[in-house]
Amino acid sequence: MRALGIILAGGNNSNKMRELSNKRAVAAMPVAGSYRSIDFALSSMANSHIQKVAVLTQYNARSLNEHLSSSKWWDFGRKHGGLFVFSPTVTADNSWWYRGTADAIYQNLSWLKNSHEPYVVIASGDGIYKLDFNKVLEYHIAKRADVTVVCTNSREEDTSRFGVLKMNEDCRIEEFEEKPMISNSNVISTGIYVIRRRQLIEMIERCAQEDRHDFVKDILIRYKNLKRIYGYKIDTYWSNIATVESYYRTNMDFLKPEVRNYFFGEYPGIYSKIDDLPPAKYNPGSCVKNSLVASGCIINGQVENSVLFKKVYVGNNCVIKNSIILNDVYLGDNTHIENCIVESRDTIRANSYHCGEDGIKIVVEKNERYAI
Amino acid sequence: MIKKEMIAMLLAGGQGSRLGVLTEKVAKPAVAFGGKYRIIDFPLSNCINSGIDTVGVLTQYQPLRLNTHIGIGIPWDLDKNVGGVTVLPPYEKSTNSEWYTGTANAIYQNMAYMETFNPDYVLILSGDHIYKMDYEVMLDYHKANNADVTIACMPVPIEEASRFGIMITDGTGRITEFEEKPEHPRSNLASMGIYIFSWKALKESLTALKDQPSCDFGKHILPYCRDNGKRLFAYEFNGYWKDVGTLGSYWEANMELIDIIPEFNLYEEFWKIYTKGDIIRPQYISNEAIVDRSIIGEGAEIYGEVHNSVIGADVVIEKGVVVRDSIIMRHSCIGSGTQINKAIIAENVTIGKNVVMGVGEEAPNVLKPNIYGFGLVTIGENAVIPDGVTIGKNVCISGRTTPEDYPGGVLQSGGAIVEKDGE
Repeated sequence: MRALGIILAGGNNSNKMRELSNKRAVAAMPVAGSYRSIDFALSSMANSHIQKVAVLTQYNARSLNEHLSSSKWWDFGRKHGGLFVFSPTVTADNSWWYRGTADAIYQNLSWLKNSHEPYVVIASGDGIYKLDFNKVLEYHIAKRADVTVVCTNSREEDTSRFGVLKMNEDCRIEEFEEKPMISNSNVISTGIYVIRRRQLIEMIERCAQEDRHDFVKDILIRYKNLKRIYGYKIDTYWSNIATVESYYRTNMDFLKPEVRNYFFGEYPGIYSKIDDLPPAKYNPGSCVKNSLVASGCIINGQVENSVLFKKVYVGNNCVIKNSIILNDVYLGDNTHIENCIVESRDTIRANSYHCGEDGIKIVVEKNERYAI
Repeated sequence: MIKKEMIAMLLAGGQGSRLGVLTEKVAKPAVAFGGKYRIIDFPLSNCINSGIDTVGVLTQYQPLRLNTHIGIGIPWDLDKNVGGVTVLPPYEKSTNSEWYTGTANAIYQNMAYMETFNPDYVLILSGDHIYKMDYEVMLDYHKANNADVTIACMPVPIEEASRFGIMITDGTGRITEFEEKPEHPRSNLASMGIYIFSWKALKESLTALKDQPSCDFGKHILPYCRDNGKRLFAYEFNGYWKDVGTLGSYWEANMELIDIIPEFNLYEEFWKIYTKGDIIRPQYISNEAIVDRSIIGEGAEIYGEVHNSVIGADVVIEKGVVVRDSIIMRHSCIGSGTQINKAIIAENVTIGKNVVMGVGEEAPNVLKPNIYGFGLVTIGENAVIPDGVTIGKNVCISGRTTPEDYPGGVLQSGGAIVEKDGE
């Protein structure tokens, strides 16, 4: 492949994930029952034959590091290239954390400089999508672009958490606003960029000299009239999970057969760390409707319109509705969970009642786990 | 010099002909089990959990599935710099070349492999049992007895003892005599086909019997060791151990996993069973589906009813289907309106719409009555069953069948359709 990959996975996203981000970086959020958010970017890169990928982490990276402990799941364990995880380090001439996306790349510029691939694909760790980066690269070359921004029509009314852009007939980006309160376009940036490696190095170095740190504000928007910045529009599934509402909705999207078929049925698929859990078990009394169930679950109760992640135990007479139960949760008998996201490794005592009245309730309970 | 205290040799070359069409295209150790696993996962996981990191897997019969499953041993952490898993097929030699003619002959032909590791002990395993066992404890017992050979044994009900190789021991566990499938058993200690040999004793007996045709551990090596004054000990094992050599016992062992607290529990953190996890996505249970008393593998899509069954990964069960008391292996697809009772359906089978399976009075199978019994319908991998047919009990089917194979739309109990040419 002619490109390197960089995945920006360091953000904490200013608390839009509420309690869920106390535990982990957004890129490590469990998604679709068996995966974590970053699997989608990593798998797309692996499937596009990008063999050398750096993941830049900073915020609460323990879960993420654990997930990335072996690169073999995404087939990155190669002699040439491989998976690199870069957290901020103190060096002789730098003692800052990553002060922004551009700064994160700047602090690892030697990795870029020492590589020889002509292009770089930059992606974020919180997007749920499948993309053949080769196609974007072809487009980038055909348009003789300096930067190509992958964009899509927003599914959300409110675009204030995205970069909003407008293109001319040739798809050159004419307007680009970062997180505008009101915008007159619903085309949003997916946070996926293709750029020539030398061009990136040059821009990042210039940016650092000027003491600027953000890739979007300080590079894309500032350079938009100077450089040829193009939009590559996708109409396939793309979702950003970095708010509680969109996280919930994205998981629920996987209840639709067309979404499952797009991600898992069509080749190539999505890869993730293997957990060696037994198949899910349905005991007498279980009643499951319109739900996703991951491996290792044991179900004794009622589950409806929900996503059960790995190794969830559902006790007798439980009722779970419209909820997301994250990994390794134990639900005691007679528990009622409705419109909730239950944080991973929780133990919910028997006879508990949780219901999200307006909106999604996040349930975090750190009880002692009873012996099963 | 490389030194491993104990290495394992796993005999995985047998066909397992008593599993009928299930082993038509794969070796028995590669047959799927429990909605996710293959039979060989159990001994391989036992090895790594027991601290044995050097395993030779001897293959011969239909090894493709087995080879792709094992690969370089990543799922079992057996991808090691020194040791790890090595697949050992029969090979041509400068003077002669022969297949593996018996269990001991197969081990003998791989003497050079074993010698590389300079082992003190060699563990001989077979790839056709479902169990969890700590071989290290067995090795401690072997050492404590200063034994030459230790044979893992299980107490079985005395009335069933005549189906097994039976060990007769003195008070200390030393084996004084053994009998193969005795009519009047004098003990209830059945051999599990798991042996630990001290290297010297193994090498000596294999070399001494190298010209023995079809040299077998039970028939030749153990009698030789006994007759030459070797110290043979029985190691009593009291956990779950199931031979899945017949369709009946294979079906039963799968069904036992469904119990609320199964005797053989895959859900314990301790002593995990590993397998190649190539399908990881969650399963989907639809609004119309009813699932109870079942285990279901990754990526299955259930739109019908499933009761008391073991469903493999990536199986699709369409609307209006009713599956009872059955095993369906990965990638198979069951068409809408079909009813399935007490069937074993192998991998990648396509079953049409409105098929009725496993009904009517039992009748002995016309082809192999001693294999296709237990009231089971057995369907081999890649088979195709057309829409609307009715299928009885004790039936076996393989290959792409068409409506013409079912006169009047019916395959009576005891019927058989075996594959026409390799379409």
